[in-house]
Amino acid sequence: MKKKLDLPHILTVIIIIAIYAAVFIAEQHMPPTSMLFTVLKKGATYALVAVSMNLLNGFTGIFSLGQAGFMLIGAYIFSIFTIPVEHRGIVYQYYDGGVIQFTLPVLIAMILAGLVAALFAFLIGLPVLRLKSDYLAIATLGFAEIVRTIFQWDKLGPVTNGSNMLRLFPTFNDFNIKNADGTVAVYLSTIIPMLIAGVCIAIILLLINSTYGRALRAIKDDEIAAEAMGIHLASHKQMAFCVSSFFAGVGGAMLAMYQTTVQAKSFTTAMTYEILLIVVIGGLGSVTGSILSSFLFVAASEWWLRFLDQKQVINGFEVPLLRNGFRLVVFSFIIMIVVLFFRQGIMGTKELPDLFRKKKTAEGGAK
Amino acid sequence: MWNTVFPYLLSGISVGGQYALIAIGYTMVYGILRLINFAHGDVFMVAGIVMVYMAASGLPLWLCIVLDLVATAIIGFAIERIAYKPLRTAPRMSIMISAIGVSYTLQNLVLYITGGLNQIYPKIPWISDSITIGSATTKVVTVVTPILTILLVFALVMLINHTKVGMAMRAVSKDFETSQLMGININSVISTTFVIGSFLAGVGSTLYFTNYTTVIQTSGAMPGLKAFVAAVFGGIGSVPGAVVGAFIIGIAENLIKGLDIILFKMGLISKPMGLAIFSDAFTFALLIIILAVKPTGLFGEKSIDKV
Amino acid sequence: MKKLFALLAVVLCISMLASTAVLADNVVKIGVFEPASGDSGAGGKQEMLGMQYANYETPTVEIGGETYTVELVYADNGSSTDKAPSAAQQLVSSGVSVVLGSYGSGVSIAGSQYFADANIPAIGASCTNPQVTAGNDHYFRICFLDPFQGTVLANYAYKELGARTAYSLAELGNDYDQGLATYFKQAFEALGGTVIADSFPTGTSDFTSYLTNAQMYSAEVFFCPVSIAYSTQIVQQASSQGVTFPILGGDTLDSNVVANAAKGTDVNVTITTFYQEGANPDFDNGFKAWLNSNNEYLTNNGGNDMIAAVSVMGYDTYYTALEALKAAGTTDSAAVKAALPGVTLTGVSGSIAFDEIGDAIRTSAFVKKVDNASGDWNFVTEQTVD
Repeated sequence: MKKKLDLPHILTVIIIIAIYAAVFIAEQHMPPTSMLFTVLKKGATYALVAVSMNLLNGFTGIFSLGQAGFMLIGAYIFSIFTIPVEHRGIVYQYYDGGVIQFTLPVLIAMILAGLVAALFAFLIGLPVLRLKSDYLAIATLGFAEIVRTIFQWDKLGPVTNGSNMLRLFPTFNDFNIKNADGTVAVYLSTIIPMLIAGVCIAIILLLINSTYGRALRAIKDDEIAAEAMGIHLASHKQMAFCVSSFFAGVGGAMLAMYQTTVQAKSFTTAMTYEILLIVVIGGLGSVTGSILSSFLFVAASEWWLRFLDQKQVINGFEVPLLRNGFRLVVFSFIIMIVVLFFRQGIMGTKELPDLFRKKKTAEGGAK
Repeated sequence: MWNTVFPYLLSGISVGGQYALIAIGYTMVYGILRLINFAHGDVFMVAGIVMVYMAASGLPLWLCIVLDLVATAIIGFAIERIAYKPLRTAPRMSIMISAIGVSYTLQNLVLYITGGLNQIYPKIPWISDSITIGSATTKVVTVVTPILTILLVFALVMLINHTKVGMAMRAVSKDFETSQLMGININSVISTTFVIGSFLAGVGSTLYFTNYTTVIQTSGAMPGLKAFVAAVFGGIGSVPGAVVGAFIIGIAENLIKGLDIILFKMGLISKPMGLAIFSDAFTFALLIIILAVKPTGLFGEKSIDKV
Repeated sequence: MKKLFALLAVVLCISMLASTAVLADNVVKIGVFEPASGDSGAGGKQEMLGMQYANYETPTVEIGGETYTVELVYADNGSSTDKAPSAAQQLVSSGVSVVLGSYGSGVSIAGSQYFADANIPAIGASCTNPQVTAGNDHYFRICFLDPFQGTVLANYAYKELGARTAYSLAELGNDYDQGLATYFKQAFEALGGTVIADSFPTGTSDFTSYLTNAQMYSAEVFFCPVSIAYSTQIVQQASSQGVTFPILGGDTLDSNVVANAAKGTDVNVTITTFYQEGANPDFDNGFKAWLNSNNEYLTNNGGNDMIAAVSVMGYDTYYTALEALKAAGTTDSAAVKAALPGVTLTGVSGSIAFDEIGDAIRTSAFVKKVDNASGDWNFVTEQTVD
């Protein structure tokens, strides 16, 4: 894949660098408790997971609903191997400290999280990937539910802590560089997760733009034609499934670090649906779209719409309807409007560099 | 041995009957639109909430039940018109995502209206009473559910096989475009399907919540998912298949809940293994196995894709 | 392109606004970290009622010679450990001096790290799992702990009820349930009994098979320290299944919602809790009058004016926070955190003081039983463990 360094690409690179620089500077000067950083951390995590899901659903046309299951595997593998040994007694309080008595470095644990998720994907892919669209969706969804139960089984407690919470492992805040007296010298807790997500997404982009990626798109457009062209369906699908799950696993590890605790209970199908909605709002088949919509989704649900949950009094007039839960109502109506009236999502199938090109065809705009 | 297994079987049959009533809605919609209506479980839950509020308004109970069923059918109709009809020409995935969106919206609306508190379902006389059968004591509704389910399914199969609407439904599910060309009003057939499906979900919700008494916004999620699995298991698109699938899943999950004690009494294990938690997982494992062996489910027709 | 820049501009503006929110003079913010929805929503709301009543009673506090108005900032943690982080973050970013809550140990643990990172102390009202306060210096609590409560319950089941086989049922992934079930099992087996432990997945509504399990094992007591949402269903299904064993639970079952479920049945429901209505008539009367003054309060209290122990705990937590603010002499959260270990006061639920871990020093629990005719809680005994 020889890419010409044309203007749109250069502009894209400049924008990305500018965003990272802005985040880094903001982090040094704004109070660390600002909601902005929460949104950026969670947004980066969701962006990675959404892009990994888009690789399957948007680029390969495999309708998988197992994302939460792979994230669960990633989150568990990461936290199991990174809880400091001295804390294991507290965390595994009902299992005498658990059986694993060593820790791995954070980065290695993250990669391991991805690898184990990919391994599970490989195994489940053998029977499941032969199924067609809806059947595949429901089988992967079922797989996620099975994984969730297995990780909660009491008999596996010495490893997984049963259904109880895993905690006290390194979190994003541990990326901050601290002085000897414990005060923070350089804030890195937001920029590092964004960098990790960025690198992972870049790898996915490389894959999408390779011969492999083109083969995947061919499968999406027409399986039978693709097969006739000599594309080996099973192995290509399997590859896409494993790669997607690898990054879902890494995303799960990041989610663990964001949440600071991990519990199998919370990796429900609702989580998968949420990520699917993000992908759709961003545009199936657009990496840029998935990233943008992740940040928008997280910001809207965690931050901008929060005021809807509280009573607001303006000039002695109490705004009606505002009480706990209204935020989610407004939010779901926004989603329905996007789904019904902006079917292409924010970006359609366009990417960031495409925005800087002149529109050659009459193919609808960004919205 | 029989005395040990019987109570679990009884619970299983009751639960299976409830799943069956929800599963029919899934399977009919899928048969016609090829759409997994993810919002169906939530329609079931909304039926329960509507009933709670109606009963609180002081209307006589029989009127509440009738109005509740009518309201549920209207909700099903409205959802189809608002959220699915505009997407008829869109790719399959868009409409499925719209269904997920509807599910999300219904849950959040109910969360907002109820304030997140559990709502107590009104007590319906007679079917809430206790009876004793053999080694098990249970509510009358447990026994009523499977009987009512089978009667309703029988009526439904009659409707599909022997009426004009039923013929139209069968035609549409065989070939969407051709039946349109043959002069069938697709929209009214689809609406009828949604009305019937929602009505049955309404009946299911009355039986289900009489048994379990509390309704919250997430009450529909698990039964919905299970019923859907039942529909796939039995061969999605086939009404009898959905019913058989629902009973198998209902019985299997209750037997798993009692598996420890059953194995223990059979002398196969010496102490409890905590296997009860696999009751849900087993349902899905069963699903994956059946899909791997027979991808169209137990009673599904093999469809051949034309290139 | 334009759209993109417009978007970025909007994001920046909003973030500026949010970060420079101006504080009005002499207001101290106290965070209320409680579930208002989800399985523990009913209990969370009752705990909040106690805090709201306390705030209604004492809306101001003297800090460093100046009078401050107390503003309660609410964040709904949705009874779920994955919603808890953002709720905690919301409180942290709104600049609270101290956090109260939460009902439910799991969500307290899930939010804990966020308060720790922002150096904000938290005071739990009814989160009884040891993990909440263990290994940190910012989480405090005013209630007893599960190892204690589990022992009390096991003693009661073994000695008073004469049970030798117990069936225990807990929700998967609920730290409160699993913890209390474990401590109950340890204590009950130490006495010489047998415990069969089962767990059910979140969202279960059919408990008939679990009740059948207990019958098949010939259990003499059914121990279910679960959320209100599940315990009401268990009680009702137990009644229609005609079970003969008593149902035993922890402090979560102390709610008029559960008592109502048992009303008119012949199921014996016995629990341990923090407070018995009638112990402090002044508080009882004041609280009831306040509840009856507003329909919303009554709804949140489960429809009548019966006093839940968690409301009392919420009330005491609020006053503990005020004492800490007074002692700190400033609204700075770090100073409040430093002042908290030395705070002592006499609350409605008894005298409150903290040990070195941050736990309340408490040695007694109330045992209550449902009166099946009236649907009230009847006092049985006050249990202490050495």
